[in-house]
Amino acid sequence: MSVKLVYFAWVRERIGKPEEEIDLPASVITVRDLLNHLKDLGEEYENALQFPEVIRVAINQEHAEHDELIAGAREIGIFPPMTGG
Amino acid sequence: MSNITPTIRVQSADFDLQSEIDALIARRKDIGAVVTFSGLCRDEQGALSALELEHYPGMAEAEMRRIGGIAVKRFSLLGLTAIHRHGRIMPGENIVLVIAAAPHRQAAFDGANFVMDFLKTSAPFWKKEHAADGTAGDWIAAKDADDTARDKWK
Repeated sequence: MSVKLVYFAWVRERIGKPEEEIDLPASVITVRDLLNHLKDLGEEYENALQFPEVIRVAINQEHAEHDELIAGAREIGIFPPMTGG
Repeated sequence: MSNITPTIRVQSADFDLQSEIDALIARRKDIGAVVTFSGLCRDEQGALSALELEHYPGMAEAEMRRIGGIAVKRFSLLGLTAIHRHGRIMPGENIVLVIAAAPHRQAAFDGANFVMDFLKTSAPFWKKEHAADGTAGDWIAAKDADDTARDKWK
């Protein structure tokens, strides 16, 4: 499955790019699987996602829990806890 | 009452409080209470030169619209405006505006409070500090107190 990943704030800075199109192996089923998969892609990903439990994820621009399935996702946003307002 | 559509904007430009209030209450005779909250950039006793506000375009508006829709229903609001700025914001400048209108004050206070509590914890915005001494600033960390404030509405 191919999906567009978009990164924000310090996740974006540590990975070193704002977005990318990525091919995912069939073993990546949930949001948690995705974060663990990305963590193994290199030092910058490891650095950004070393504590995956604090990372927030949105599927097609809607908040998603870590046990949510990513099947059918066109765009997945990956970012730290929000600090607006 | 629940067919009220909140006015939601994400913009880099500043906003004017009075114009936004005027627009919300124009030609209405049923509104008895208007609560306005505005959030500004602090200089942290001179330590901060600017804030950089990053957002997730599209999702930020959608999430604010979702939160606003819930607030209009829950507090039977007669009007709601929420504006959030992005980009570089200097100390003393506006960051965020929420205006809630209702027949009576309690719903207007609660509506504005509810929108701010959820805006802080679930609208995709992030603040980065730029220090006055020119050093690279840090991303502001999320506060547990903000989650606690949100959870009181459960």
